[in-house]
Amino acid sequence: MNAILLLSYLIGSITFIVGLKMLSHPDSARKGNLVAAFGMTLAIIATIFLYGRDSGAPLHNYGWIFGGLAIGAVVGTLAAKRVKMTAMPEMVSLFNGMGGACAMLISIVEFNHLLHAGTENIGKGILLIIILGLIIGTVSFAGSIIAWGKLNGSIRDRRIPGGQMLNFILLAGIVVLAVLLLAGSGINPDVLFYATLALAALYGILFVMPIGGADMPVVISLLNSFTGVAAACGGFLYDNPVMLTGGILVGSAGTILTIMMCKAMNRSLKNVLIGALGGNKTASAGGSKEQGNYKEISINDSAVLMAYARKVFIIPGYGLAVAQAQHVCHELEKLLEEKGVEVKYGIHPVAGRMPGHMNVLLAEADVPYEKLLEMEEANQEFSTTNVVLILGANDVVNPAAKEDPSSPIYGMPILEVELAEHIIVNKRSMKPGYAGIENDLFFKPKTSMLFGDAKKVLQELVSELKNL
Amino acid sequence: MEQIIAFFTEHYDKITIVILSIFLGVEIIGRVPSVLHTPLMSGANAIHGVVVIGAIIIMGQAEADNYLALILGFLAVVLGTLNVVGGFVVTDRMLEMFKKKKSANSK
Repeated sequence: MNAILLLSYLIGSITFIVGLKMLSHPDSARKGNLVAAFGMTLAIIATIFLYGRDSGAPLHNYGWIFGGLAIGAVVGTLAAKRVKMTAMPEMVSLFNGMGGACAMLISIVEFNHLLHAGTENIGKGILLIIILGLIIGTVSFAGSIIAWGKLNGSIRDRRIPGGQMLNFILLAGIVVLAVLLLAGSGINPDVLFYATLALAALYGILFVMPIGGADMPVVISLLNSFTGVAAACGGFLYDNPVMLTGGILVGSAGTILTIMMCKAMNRSLKNVLIGALGGNKTASAGGSKEQGNYKEISINDSAVLMAYARKVFIIPGYGLAVAQAQHVCHELEKLLEEKGVEVKYGIHPVAGRMPGHMNVLLAEADVPYEKLLEMEEANQEFSTTNVVLILGANDVVNPAAKEDPSSPIYGMPILEVELAEHIIVNKRSMKPGYAGIENDLFFKPKTSMLFGDAKKVLQELVSELKNL
Repeated sequence: MEQIIAFFTEHYDKITIVILSIFLGVEIIGRVPSVLHTPLMSGANAIHGVVVIGAIIIMGQAEADNYLALILGFLAVVLGTLNVVGGFVVTDRMLEMFKKKKSANSK
């Protein structure tokens, strides 16, 4: 290969490493992303102009290549720029699926290439890599599309009876087909190959289908590392160091990230992946428990309560995100501060749909950084807090996580809001949160419910406060 | 068995890169604050878009009469570019918010 091309690939690999490293520190994160983007651009441009074909001639079909690049770049930029902050998670999932599909298509083309060249003179190792790239890429593609659909609400949670068994059979079927293909049985290799593709797609769909929305970030992170491995298969195939290092880095870093996300929710990966069934059973058992009554509070009373408090804590959750209420929330905070109330936010690590989701949303509304307290800090302050206002958060404040060992979320660290004097809970209804379990907090004597859409309620609170 | 050994010796360098990269990936991530989980995932998501290079190579090598390679390769270039460009832009947008937070902090 051309020396400049190789140098570009080396620089590309280094920028990926440095970029990922920088992305894991808040101060350097944004620069890290740009560093990786620069390396990627360099590697792509170098490939287009310097990569030599087998015959030694440069690549051709430039029209097609640049056409494809232009379409992808324009659509990708527009989609990424226009997506609402609240829809970020499904956007990431969709882009991940595109990468998986790309790896899948590469495997299809290379397989046909191999078949025409005659399977005899090609090592089984290369065939194995192609099949691996196909399976992993396809699972990642199909799974990501389902995750995307589930997050934006177009696909409902659906549990297939015996789903786990079916998944196991599918997985076994994929292995058998791949072995047959590798071993060169009498069966038409085309049939085997596309049957593997079909089973992998089905597996990807069924694998994500039963997983609940709250666990979706973990699944997306896992599929993300899958796509990394699929990309690395391409690197093996083309003897391409930058694809190899980039893919494997994402594969391993992504796996660690997945495990860390699980830890933040105090769950094991196994629990997330196959626990979907068990969790709901416990929930229905817990639901039959005597709940008692809850009391409601009016907008007016809530406003008065907060205006005359010394310290108010706001606990944002997914309800705030879907209602796009971050700006009006900031307005409420400013009004209260003008009245001499100390206002802080308590952010649970997994509040919202993805870790860090709330921080990003509130930062978008210009809420100052020092007002956002992480869970541990916030928990130390609740005992001196007069009013806690919970905006569409549920499971992250559920005391069952501490008190009830039979609860599916038992052991998850929570925001201990019950230490405060008053708790106002804004929710749209009494419906349980994503874990599908009742929340005893809502029935405590010091808790009052304030029903309604988070944005509407906050707007009313703001106008009420202005009149006080 | 012979084939496995042949594969191993032939691709020894790449296998070494794979093993070392696995350890590197684990080390790099180390202790990430949970606030950065989402942007980091999104950034990693953009990086695996490097698979688009494979698609470009397919396109660039495809003969004019190989419609399968041309069509699938073209599709792969589009999808791979979506992954790369969309991934980096989305990550930048997420991190832009953090930057604002910083400037508000230093005020």
